[in-house]
Amino acid sequence: MPKLNIVESVRDALDCEMKKDKSVIVIGEDVGLNGGVFRATDGLYKKYGNKRVIDTPLAESGIVGSAIGMAIAGLKPVAEIQFDGFTYPALDQIFSHAARIRNRTRGRYTCPLVVRFPYGGGIRALEHHNESPETYFAHTPGLKVVIPSNPYDTKGLLIAAIRDPDPVIFMEPKRIYRAVKGEVPSKPYTVEIGKAKIVKEGTDLTLIAWGAMVRECMKVAESLDNVNVEVIDVRTIKPCDYETIFKSVQKTSRAIVVHEAPLTLGFGAEIAAQIQERCLLQMNAPVLRVTGYDVPFPYFKLENEYLPSEERIINAIEMVMNY
Amino acid sequence: MKKTVAKFEIQYVQILNEKGEVDKKLEPKLSVKQLKEIYKWMVLERTFDNTALMLQREGRIGTFAQSLGEEATHVGATFATEKVDWVFPDYREHIAFMMKGVAIKDLLTHWGGSEDGMKLPKNTNMFSVCIPVGTQTLHGVGAAIAAKLQKKKFASLTFVGDASTSTGDFHEGLNFAGVFQAPAVVVIRNNQWAISVPRTCQHADWGGCQTRAETLAQKGIGYNINSVQVDGNDVLAVYSVVKQAIDNAKKGKGPTLVECVTYRLGPHTTADDPTRYVDSKTLKQWEKKEPLTRFKLYLKKKKIWTEQFEKQVRKEAKQLVDKGVAEFEKHKPKPTDMFDYVYEKLTPNLKAQRLEWE
Ligand SMILES: Cc1ncc(C[n+]2csc(CCOP(=O)(O)OP(=O)(O)O)c2C)c(N)n1
Ligand SMILES: [Mg+2]
Repeated sequence: MPKLNIVESVRDALDCEMKKDKSVIVIGEDVGLNGGVFRATDGLYKKYGNKRVIDTPLAESGIVGSAIGMAIAGLKPVAEIQFDGFTYPALDQIFSHAARIRNRTRGRYTCPLVVRFPYGGGIRALEHHNESPETYFAHTPGLKVVIPSNPYDTKGLLIAAIRDPDPVIFMEPKRIYRAVKGEVPSKPYTVEIGKAKIVKEGTDLTLIAWGAMVRECMKVAESLDNVNVEVIDVRTIKPCDYETIFKSVQKTSRAIVVHEAPLTLGFGAEIAAQIQERCLLQMNAPVLRVTGYDVPFPYFKLENEYLPSEERIINAIEMVMNY
Repeated sequence: MKKTVAKFEIQYVQILNEKGEVDKKLEPKLSVKQLKEIYKWMVLERTFDNTALMLQREGRIGTFAQSLGEEATHVGATFATEKVDWVFPDYREHIAFMMKGVAIKDLLTHWGGSEDGMKLPKNTNMFSVCIPVGTQTLHGVGAAIAAKLQKKKFASLTFVGDASTSTGDFHEGLNFAGVFQAPAVVVIRNNQWAISVPRTCQHADWGGCQTRAETLAQKGIGYNINSVQVDGNDVLAVYSVVKQAIDNAKKGKGPTLVECVTYRLGPHTTADDPTRYVDSKTLKQWEKKEPLTRFKLYLKKKKIWTEQFEKQVRKEAKQLVDKGVAEFEKHKPKPTDMFDYVYEKLTPNLKAQRLEWE
């Protein structure tokens, strides 16, 4: 089986679906000849031509807005937004239209659109290139929000997203784009949207994370001998697989959510609320959150001061274990 | 019945041609001192560019956007402003910062990954680097509207790239400028490229470019704004046209859009590999039209340029940049600053997080 990293898996998923389904197109800035600034569409332009791998003028609202029109009229566009911070000019189109079309027309029209983009910090990038905006999307009814953390899931989830009849926001952890290689079948396959995965079983405490933070949690879990940590990769935060989370927490009776986005109203807040509603009596400690701070993502000299570190996760584990 | 109800044209201005020959009728009246200053700024920008590139390669700063090839546009336009005028940059006009009194150390601190570099001096109307392209058009126009409302005698100069003219904010900015007759000047640095997407279309009927408009200047026509195209590698033309535009703005004659036609001679940023999409022949042609050489020829003909002058200018530029690098290397950001500048006062929530951090 070929070994791919996360960017290569994105490319592979796009290739599989474009091969299989003529209505799948890729649209974005520099996705053509240049193959995308992270090379996620590398080679697709040559293979499928400029009518299916479409370089647009620089206009994110234009990209998403026109992709919505294409989706309504029979195509399955996969829109690439170059960086997390540049999804903001497109939010109006995503929130006001993509998310509502099915509901507004009582199912007469749908919007089978994928908006994919690299997200998160840790790569010494400029301002607006380090954002973790998952909460904005997850808060908006009508959108699905998918965030893989490894090459296998990336391919399976992206294919599932493309085949999904509703708009999917697909966030790619750029910090680990090339950090890990994993076995990825060459054939198309899907990973179900809405299913979390237990990546490490444990008995004492559940660490809950997505994207690049799954790796940080795994490092911590594997480094501790005195605490037997279970790690859940949420994979899709909307819809979120609470059943898996509840089952784990009922077993371990302790939980910590880890994410890069700021604390206030980060998706960790929602998970913590859900856990206390369902598992209060089984809990031995309050649910803690290890997250970014409530500040704009710092320029890169301070980014490691902002990003949840192994040390901060370990401190939280100690607090929960000694509660 | 059919009749023409509106008609438009766009003028192109070149004063210095590629051989350094001047159009006498259009030649601006600049003193020897001013001409020397312009040349010094252009050399300083080139020197800074080379040094920053080296610092990036050595990992001492982060991703960097070079200005190589655009010096005449950046220097000419900024030289046309006065101290009171506001400048709204994007991320490529490093020299505009220096000309507005920002220290090289601060520029490097910004590109070196710290907000401290954008704590700009109090006595300058220079705004901070703007990364989301096109958005700054509205800020520049808004500042100009403020000048008008407060009856203050300043204009604003906003820089945008050619691809930025594809954004909605650019168009909203021009429309506001026209509607409110704001004393705003918007300069398009048309360096012919977004990252890999060219300004001009290659296919007769399909995408892969920024716009099918013959000029970018004509985008101002739709909003009834004075709109001019200039040779962006001709510092005299850029200066003259922008100076006229700033003067007009301050006299209440409304906004101007200036398209400077130039060429990006380097990569988009240090993270880019232009060999994937730039045709080397075109690049070579544009290298020949490079702005410093042309201005040097002009100064030579005017007997202002000498070997001695060149040596002096290069030496001074190097000293300035070296000093900036040395100061930058000593800079260390204070981690708690990430909490302390979000609001005027720490909120209870931030206070708790700051404590936890410590
Ligand atoms: C809104 C937005 N989308 C995407 C980007 C990523 N990006 C940075 S510069 C650039 C190209 C800009 O081209 P242009 O406006 O012509 O300016 P140039 O870089 O050529 O000077 C792109 C796509 C961005 N900074 N902002
Ligand atoms: Mg450009």
